[in-house]
Amino acid sequence: MADHRLKPITPLGHDTPHSVTLGPVTITEVVDTALASLAARMGEAKAVADIADSAGIPLPGPGKAAQGATYAAFWLSPDMWMIEAPFATHEDILAHLKPHFGETASLTEQTDAWARFDVTGDDLPAMFERLCAFDLRAQAPGAATRTVIEHLGCYIVIRASGHLSVLGPRSSAASLFHALETAARSAF
Amino acid sequence: MTQENRIKGGQIDRTRTLRFTFDGHPYTGHPGDTLASALLANGVRLMGRSFKYHRPRGPISAGSEEPNAIVELRSGARQEPNTRATVAELFDGLTANSQNRFPSLKFDLMGINDRLSPFFAAGFYYKTFMWPAAFWEKLYEPLIRRAAGLGSLTREEDPDAYDKGFLHCDILIIGAGPAGLMAALTAGRAGARVILADEDFRMGGRLNAETLTIGNHSGADWAEDTLRTLAQMPNVRLMPRTTVLGAMDHGIYSAVERVSDHLPIPAPGKPRQILWRIYSRHAILAAGATERPIAFENNDRPGILLAGALRTYANRYAVAVGDRVAVFTNNDDGLRTATDLQAKGIDIVAVIDTRQEGDLLPGIRHLKGAQVIDTKGKLDLKSITIRNANGRSETLSVNALGVSGGWNPNLNIASHHRGRPVWNDAIQAFTPPGDGPKNLIAAGAAAGHLSTHAALQTGAAQANAALEALGFKPHSPDLPKAEDAPLNLTPFWYVPEGKGRAWIDQQNDVTVKDVKLAKQENFTSVEHLKRYTTLGMATDQGKTGNILGLAIMAELTGRSIPQTGTTIYRPPYTPVALGALAGRSRGHDFKPTRLTPSHKWASEQGAIFVEVGMWLRAQWFPKPGETTWRQSVDREVLQTRASVGICDVTTLGKIDIQGRDAGAFLDKVYANTFSTLPIGKVRYGLMLREDGIVMDDGTTARMGENEWVMTTTTANAVPVFRHLEFVRQCLFPDMDVQLISTTEAWAQFSVAGPNARKLLQKIVDQDISDAAFPYMACGNITVCGGLRARLFRISFSGELAYEIAVPTRYGDALIRELMKQGQDFGAVAYGTESLGVMRVEKGHVAGNELNGQTTALNMGLGKMVSRKKDSIGMVLSQREGLTADDGLRLVGVKPVDPTKPLTAGSHFLDIGAAPVASNDGGWLTSVVYSPHLKSSIALGYLKNGTARIGQRMRTVNLLAKTEVEVEIVSPHFFDPEGDRLRG
Repeated sequence: MADHRLKPITPLGHDTPHSVTLGPVTITEVVDTALASLAARMGEAKAVADIADSAGIPLPGPGKAAQGATYAAFWLSPDMWMIEAPFATHEDILAHLKPHFGETASLTEQTDAWARFDVTGDDLPAMFERLCAFDLRAQAPGAATRTVIEHLGCYIVIRASGHLSVLGPRSSAASLFHALETAARSAF
Repeated sequence: MTQENRIKGGQIDRTRTLRFTFDGHPYTGHPGDTLASALLANGVRLMGRSFKYHRPRGPISAGSEEPNAIVELRSGARQEPNTRATVAELFDGLTANSQNRFPSLKFDLMGINDRLSPFFAAGFYYKTFMWPAAFWEKLYEPLIRRAAGLGSLTREEDPDAYDKGFLHCDILIIGAGPAGLMAALTAGRAGARVILADEDFRMGGRLNAETLTIGNHSGADWAEDTLRTLAQMPNVRLMPRTTVLGAMDHGIYSAVERVSDHLPIPAPGKPRQILWRIYSRHAILAAGATERPIAFENNDRPGILLAGALRTYANRYAVAVGDRVAVFTNNDDGLRTATDLQAKGIDIVAVIDTRQEGDLLPGIRHLKGAQVIDTKGKLDLKSITIRNANGRSETLSVNALGVSGGWNPNLNIASHHRGRPVWNDAIQAFTPPGDGPKNLIAAGAAAGHLSTHAALQTGAAQANAALEALGFKPHSPDLPKAEDAPLNLTPFWYVPEGKGRAWIDQQNDVTVKDVKLAKQENFTSVEHLKRYTTLGMATDQGKTGNILGLAIMAELTGRSIPQTGTTIYRPPYTPVALGALAGRSRGHDFKPTRLTPSHKWASEQGAIFVEVGMWLRAQWFPKPGETTWRQSVDREVLQTRASVGICDVTTLGKIDIQGRDAGAFLDKVYANTFSTLPIGKVRYGLMLREDGIVMDDGTTARMGENEWVMTTTTANAVPVFRHLEFVRQCLFPDMDVQLISTTEAWAQFSVAGPNARKLLQKIVDQDISDAAFPYMACGNITVCGGLRARLFRISFSGELAYEIAVPTRYGDALIRELMKQGQDFGAVAYGTESLGVMRVEKGHVAGNELNGQTTALNMGLGKMVSRKKDSIGMVLSQREGLTADDGLRLVGVKPVDPTKPLTAGSHFLDIGAAPVASNDGGWLTSVVYSPHLKSSIALGYLKNGTARIGQRMRTVNLLAKTEVEVEIVSPHFFDPEGDRLRG
């Protein structure tokens, strides 16, 4: 991380990530992940796949997320992924990725475009069936989707059994968090 | 009061007593009761007044088809009108009131309507309230509404929350009677994901209401056992208190779950109801059937119920509606009421059977070929008069009468996609259409199979059909033994004898006479019959009356019932609270809010916020001593132009455009050329719609050979992104272009004013002198000791100005740092009002000018539309009608008398011209107060405007009743040469 004097705040406006436990679920702001979109340039899909493979960047198929040693990724659209990396070491994520991909791919920093809330607990489907049309009961870890929660376009990534991430537009973090809290209170 | 009509048995919990009130009188009941069953147990049979004639009415059913027992539940903000007592689950402390009566249910002044009934026949309103037309809205309609049977609203906000949700299943089973339970058991055991939904709080359907056995169990016990089995299956979801409302497209069904309606108030955080959207691959309609009455004179007195409802009250709720009961039937099912009630020790006075044939019931006075021709009893049934087969009439003293005219399958949902129901002669009823919603199949009584055996058998069979279609291995359970008796119905719709009124649709007070009148006036199609008589309207949607009405019409017109046809059904199956449709979308939660990166800081400054779409933007920042918004805005503008001001402009849309063809792509979407823009430079762009009208404007920066950042207006951020995706994917799929929104990723601030550079240089790590970073430059920089950032030297205010962007998480820190470092210069934060003032002073267009009707030429930017290349909208922007020399042009406007305020929306008129449309010269789009010119100034579109600069006109606003003499000037009020922004 660069040695500058500006102090970050979380999407909810706190100095440190906010967390709340409601019955069996815990909803936590996550700010320690850097994000970048990766889109293969026209005709470069194969090259991008090869580079990603050698760089240890997983490129999962539609509806999927995958975790590598350093990088993780979930599918966005044909030949396009969201790449995740640890914020502490990869804050300037493009500086890490661009040398690998050069002109084969378009890379865009997305770290602060999203507010990420991780939700952990048992029976998350009971909560999320009040939020979105994503059929959580039919999913396994490694599933990822784009969905709409209270008008907000969001991504849901299932990290593990009883653990998922919701990524929503950062400016609406408070509204999204409120929706998550409300659904948890309603369900449990 | 004691529950004087309570008998033995039933599925109520007598270990607990619930207290409730009806019309202020206290009563008691038990868990398992509905409001109607508890009231009947207490001897209360009068529960409402009819809609039109204010006739005293009691319940005729024990279910959601109820037309009469319509009450207001609860009090205060939770008061809910027009609810059916027959399905309202009793809870301790329930308060209920009758409606549509004054001053009381027993003595209702509007009962006079009943005496005046000859005047209120079908079509009465149409014939009577015809003129004068103006009277309709102000006089007739309010009067009619007051007299009609609608409940009252408290006008208090509903304190409860409602959820919306999404469910998924392989097979949705609608109805948990014998067919639905058997289907669920079959599908559940095969491993399919099953949702079993039933509107009742106790699943089991008619099994709870009958004494019929299944195998060695009572029907109710079998239902309970089966439900216990189903509850153990993780792939089966049981949803009692859940009404499936309608079949939508693609296997989606809507349903409302009454989560907390049976509680005094919902538990904290819990919704009162949930509106579910159920995604199903297959659905089975097992919604049962609804009994229909026979029409005869005065068949609407409290105490006259459907025969099946009398059984339900006795068997399920342990209530004897009366102790001297008669049954009037045209089928064998009606006979069950007599035998069931007699077994409970209730005196069966007679069974009046319209049929000549068939066996006589042993030990009961069973009159064949007889009819009920009249009844007596003002507020309560006292006696019935019958006509025996031998022609003799006889009056029987009874206090309850069960009527059965047969059963109508509840096929409603099957015709939600407009399939026409199919007539079944054997049961004399309509059955579900063959061309109903895809993958919806019916089972049991809903399909016209009325015996218990047939329900079980078709439930299993249809589940297997669905399983097979879905690729599951069918599962054939052993069918338990159950009755399989035929209905033996002989059609009999109404008793022709008698001059009085025979009611068909009790909710809308539609009588046999009304149907006759409709026929007489040639309203013979079922659709016309419905509209003319109101048959089948309102909360019950004619569940008991519809078929009766059209059967009578068929008889009158000499057509068969299928020839006569039937109206079909629309969602919802039963009424839905508007709150459930709204869900959480109310008040502050109506839509999400977007907060800018400086929101926290701005709140601390006491900023006044304005909603811009979903964004909350600081409108101005009041300082101590400032009492009006103008003082704050004037200060912000003057100080920005004098030194430096800072504004959060994060809300502008930012779109990252990359790819080898990005430049060529921009040439397509922008009217002016971008591909030639050097790296490190920004250009203002104008984006046209295909029809040549301006869609949006903004700047686009070239950050690298193949990397561009487009800026859009706040309002059009999403539409422009959508447009670009359309262009990329559909119009130019061969271009190498990748897009992603970065609006939220960067916190962006405008730093404007003569001291802007001095301020920024204190935080920017690189040289940003005019030489190093000239006007319209852009680049990646670092700030505050190494934080990656972007800088754009662009100006909306006309000042020396920059936009600086940092990753959003640092936006809060950056505004604080800028304000801190700016103290030396007296830096101010400014909001959207000052932004607006400065852009109008500078003559820049914004949303008011980009109104979706105007061209580049109108804006004075016609030369920006390049003819050297093809771009979207270029050709159509050259249309004759859009290029007239005397068309609208953007002009500046100032009042001749500087003290006179201008009003946005005012229209231009020549001096002395009458304020009529033919003299209209255009309109004022944006008006601000310019603290520099110390006057109101405006932008506007004026016909032939450029040629009229220097002339005087009037701006007239007939709505605001203002008229101001103005001078037409250049739209560039401030620094027209642009020396300041290049400084």
